[in-house]
Amino acid sequence: MADEEDEIVLSELDDEELVQQMYDDLYDGLKEEIEESVHILLDRGWEPYKILTEALVGGMTIVGKDFRDGILFVPEVLLAANAMKGGMFILKPLLAETGAPTIGRMVIGTVKGDIHDIGQNLVTMMMEGAGFEVMNIGINNPVENYVEAVKEFDADILGMSALLTTTMPYMKVVIDAMKEQGIRDDYIILVGGAPLNEEFGKAIGADAYCRDAAVAVDTAKDFMARKHNQMAAGT
Amino acid sequence: MILPPDEKLTQDGLAPTAAPSDGRVLLIACGALAREILDLKDANGWEHMALTCLPAILHARPEKIVPAVRAAVDKHRGDYARIYVVYADCGTGGLLEAACAEMGVEMVKGPHCYAFFEGNDRFAERAGDEVTAFYLTDFLVRQFDAFVWRPLGLDRYPQLRDTYFAHYEKLVYQAQTDDPALTDLARAHADRLGLAFERRVTGYGDLAVTLSDWAARR
Repeated sequence: MADEEDEIVLSELDDEELVQQMYDDLYDGLKEEIEESVHILLDRGWEPYKILTEALVGGMTIVGKDFRDGILFVPEVLLAANAMKGGMFILKPLLAETGAPTIGRMVIGTVKGDIHDIGQNLVTMMMEGAGFEVMNIGINNPVENYVEAVKEFDADILGMSALLTTTMPYMKVVIDAMKEQGIRDDYIILVGGAPLNEEFGKAIGADAYCRDAAVAVDTAKDFMARKHNQMAAGT
Repeated sequence: MILPPDEKLTQDGLAPTAAPSDGRVLLIACGALAREILDLKDANGWEHMALTCLPAILHARPEKIVPAVRAAVDKHRGDYARIYVVYADCGTGGLLEAACAEMGVEMVKGPHCYAFFEGNDRFAERAGDEVTAFYLTDFLVRQFDAFVWRPLGLDRYPQLRDTYFAHYEKLVYQAQTDDPALTDLARAHADRLGLAFERRVTGYGDLAVTLSDWAARR
């Protein structure tokens, strides 16, 4: 942190310096500073999508990498995500207005019997940062919630999360119900959560298991690219 | 025997309590269960059972449990007549069960120690009504800072408390022993987390049943 006498005045930084400072502020989880910087860039005429991708996503990418490499831990990532949330709160309505490109649409929620939402909130944040539109349906979701949400939101992707060994089997209940309703193949299904693993994801019929939020983003992008290629090829 | 301090059980585990000998059985357990297992062993005179523990802190890193158990079984299997693994699934998502089956060793049934202390069946019956409960055992009450407060960063970022615990409603202290000081400490933890408090006497639950069964197989 800077000393008081050389405190950084965000509005006095040029664009490049300000974006760099936003990377640092995201890393340090400084929500108010991020909000102020977003306003400054908007005032300078930056497009909301440019702020999102170049400043916020750029910063969160560093956070994601350092988390994966064991340099940052969950508490720090949560603070960074909270700071990003502050920026996103300002940008979200503007992004909708300006018709920013959307890579895909995702519904995400924690399964029935499980109240843990830290992981899925991080995924939501990272996915939004990567250009997805996300409907987060929160915790303790029965089958009906997922099915209603994916239809209502016209989702491409369904994400399910569970922290408990006892609740993760419910993901299969959801997938089986979607099969019965003949809608399983309409969605890319991604699953994640601490006790899950690759084998479990395959066994329950998910398209992929994602071990963390960064992997979820990469996997979702990959599946959406394949989907677009298939559509382009007319298959 | 004199049990090492909880901090040591958390970080280092416990070396085998008895050297291999003819017919001796080895229990490979989570360090968080050392005290309870030794108490049962002493009370029941299970002299033929030795205990070794892996660091209890693996509880917070379930992905490390399976490799650690595998290594311990490999290390000791030539020296003891039989080996048992005193872990439940413990967040391994079925991988520990698969590994134990592959190695030909038995483990404790159930999703985790909260379940087997209470009794797996009873815990499962209650599960639907207790979605918002946060459980602590005797060991976890004593080691609360090492297992909850510090790993969640609440010592550095107390503002994150509600991010983690907003959906929880109560802290259930599953008491293995009757210790008023421990109960007070558990209640204080509930206060720190902003949760209601409930003390529930479980004793050793299914842990005692399982160990008795294993001990009887001479």
